[in-house]
Order: sequence, then C-alpha cells, then structure tokens
Amino acid sequence: MTPLLQVSDIAKSYGARIGCTDVSFDLYPGEVMGIVGESGSGKSTLLSCLAGHLTPDRGKVRFDTRTNGLRDTVKMSEPERRMLSRTDWAFVHQHARDGLRMNVSAGGNVGERLMAVGARHYGDIRDAATDWLGRVEISADRVDDRPTAFSGGMQQRLQIARNLVTGPRLVFMDEPTGGLDVSVQARLLDLLRGLVREMNLSAIIVTHDLAVVRLLADRLMVMKDGHVVETGLTDQVLDDPQHRYTQLLVSSVLQV
Amino acid sequence: MISVQNVSKSFTLHNQGAATIPVMQGASLQVAPGECVALVGASGAGKSTLMRMIYGNYLAASGRILIGDVDVVQAEPRTILDLRRNVLGYVSQFLRVVPRVSALDVVAEPLLLTGTPHDTALGRAEALLTRLNIPERLWQLSPTTFSGGEQQRVNIARGFAYDYPALLLDEPTASLDVTNRGVVLDMVMAAKARGTAIVGIFHDDAARDQVCDREIDVAAFTPRAAA
Repeated sequence: MTPLLQVSDIAKSYGARIGCTDVSFDLYPGEVMGIVGESGSGKSTLLSCLAGHLTPDRGKVRFDTRTNGLRDTVKMSEPERRMLSRTDWAFVHQHARDGLRMNVSAGGNVGERLMAVGARHYGDIRDAATDWLGRVEISADRVDDRPTAFSGGMQQRLQIARNLVTGPRLVFMDEPTGGLDVSVQARLLDLLRGLVREMNLSAIIVTHDLAVVRLLADRLMVMKDGHVVETGLTDQVLDDPQHRYTQLLVSSVLQV
Repeated sequence: MISVQNVSKSFTLHNQGAATIPVMQGASLQVAPGECVALVGASGAGKSTLMRMIYGNYLAASGRILIGDVDVVQAEPRTILDLRRNVLGYVSQFLRVVPRVSALDVVAEPLLLTGTPHDTALGRAEALLTRLNIPERLWQLSPTTFSGGEQQRVNIARGFAYDYPALLLDEPTASLDVTNRGVVLDMVMAAKARGTAIVGIFHDDAARDQVCDREIDVAAFTPRAAA
C-alpha cells in the first residue's frame, strides 16, 4: 500500500531558533496520528509546514494525489497547493472563527467550499449543506443563522462540516477540542471518531491533551524542543513511555 | 497461534534516578488454536505485563511474540492495529471508552471497524448484551455511569463481538455474580470450540479449572536479582 503522506526530513527555523527539525514519517489511508508536546515544542510549526501554510527550510512532504501519485507539495505551485487544500485536504483550526466566515450563514459556510470546487446548482448545494449540518448535529432550522449566533461547540462542529463536505482524504487538526467545555469535547470526539471510520479519513491531530489522543489517534508522535523524541502506537507510548520527556508528560497528567 | 519466545522486559524510570527494573526474562509460551492457557503467579509476578506485551501495549526489550505470522515486538504500529482489528482481541479489566457513547455502540464498535454493516453489528451487540443480562433500558446509556459488574459485562460483550482467532482475557469473571460468571465461562468455552487461541488471567480457581487446558507460572520468568 502507498502511504497517503510521506514526510521526510522536515526542518523549519525562525532565525537561530529551531521550530522543528528532522521530522520524517509515513501516514497511511485511514490512519490517525496524534502529535503531542508542550507549548513551544514545534508541533504547530510542523503542522503548518505539512499543510502548506509555512514553507519548510528543507525536507519533502509528498502527498499521494489522485491523478499524479506522490507529489512533493513543498515544490508544488501555489495554485496547485490551493486546489489540494480545497479538495483532498482539510484544516480544522483550534478557533472556529479562523476557519469559518463569521458573517455568512451556516449553510453558506458549508456551501462555499462546494462552490470552490465547482458546484453550481443552488438546490444541490443547499441539500448537501443541510445534510452535513445534520451529520454534525446542527438542526436544519439553523441553516440560515450566522456562526456568530452559535455556541463555541456548534461553531466547531460547523467548521468540521465545512471542511468535510468536499470529501477530503487528509484532515489536519490543530487542537480541535481546545477551549471547549468537557461535555462538548466528548461529543465532538465521538463525532470525529465516527467520521474518520465512515469516510476512511487520514488525520494529523496536534494537541496537548493526552486524553484526546488516546481516544482519537492510532499513532503518536511526541515532540520536545523541535525534535521528535518518541513515536509509536498511541496506547503503547502512553502506557509504556520510553523517553524521559514522555514519562514526565504522562506522569504529570492530573487524574479526575 | 500465539507464540512467545524468550521475551524480556525492563522498565527504566528516567525521572526517578533512572532506575532500571528488570521485570521479565526468558518468557516463552505457545498457545494452539482452540486452546486456553492460564497465566498464574502471585500479584506483581508479571501476568498483566506479559499479557500487555502480547497485545503490543508494552514494548518487549527482546525476544519474539508471534501472533500468526506477525511479530508484535518488531511490527509497525499499523500492522499491530490491523492485527488488533482482525486477529487479536483483548478484554481488559477496565472499560475505557469515549464518554457519552451508548453501551450498544461501544459493543458494536469492533464489528464496525472490520466493516460489518451497521444493522448487523447492532443486532449482534443487542444479542450479546441480552445474553450478559444487561437490561434493555441501559443500552442507550453510556457505560461510564454503570456499576462495576455492568461495565465489565459491557467490556466482555465488546471483546466477544467479533470472533477473533486469538483472545486475551484479563480477569473476565472478577466482579460478576454466579449467573453472569456462568454466561462468560460458556462464552469462553464456545470461543475455544470455534478454534480461538486464548491466554487468560483468572483469580477465580474454579473458573480457571473449568476453561483452561494448561497453566503457566510467570514466576519462572522473573529475573533473579544480580548478586
């Protein structure tokens, strides 16, 4: 099987400071990988490099495109990369307002992504939008409301609907449950798990919440000071951590 | 089906003076299809550690652990995940699930992961919950709110939802009443009859005698203190 994403030797510095360095991994279709580490460990920098929001100083991010097989997205032209980010890729931001258009209706937010890939029939777009709002548990009578009128959890679910409506294959998530109420978090986690399974999605999730990765991620990558210090099966890394830093991280979690 | 060959394990506690604690050495065992092998030994002897290594939850320091033809010690994460989806089941002592997911969905999940149609999976989950005497009014509720015995039965239902060729059971009858204990032992016997290779930890001697063909004392694998 070909990996969906092949990352080799990614490095990004901010002047003399290391953002992240020597990062390599393969991600296969249907796999969910978590990236954990404390603030400043380079996990968000890495995610930005992978998703094409930042240009890495060196390294390759090769994605298995539908038409041309593995292509290095770092070397791709800007229009090509933008097409990818509208079709096969999705990016779920920590703050829903970074991923939504706040003064466009909920239905419009979902429909807009469809129009960006060429959908033109108003009825079809509206039906798809309503269907997706239902899948993320937003009732049909809210389709014309703006996200500003939604709660934080609803905004986050709307952002997920907007991202998944075009049937992407790879989803990048930056702290998808950060800042949400724990009860809302649980529901969102369950929703994400279901969608990952049904759509055979691959995902890369950056978070500092170990409980979230345990429930959502198949594999885990632990970062510290820009370096990957440990990788492996999620439950193995959390239950039998090998590296000093991972042991510290795992043993520092407060029990409820 | 399950073959553990000369496995060793130690824990290094980096944040407690880098103490290295060897916990297992030269562990070996074989389980054939249709056979149930019990791990015995005092508390702390390493029964659960060995079981967790077989499941890939703990990293073995050396040796081989073959499930079919996959070596869990060397395998890539995705190979182990695939193994856990299709070959190797594990009933742990404690249930760990996403809060607010219904008991029915918790039990059906392993089937959905193997691509079973939704209705078939739910049907099978209902049958298992009925068999394990979980009242129907609880099915739509999250098992996180259940009593210890009910949680354990949900966990068992989940572990038996899919017919894995190899199964690990960590004290499946620990907090059950007589009736449910009987049901679980019947399910273990039925799995054996289907040809499932089973490794189990049973503190309940009568249960162990009833379902297990052999016992392996893990104390034999305890490293002797370097004198």
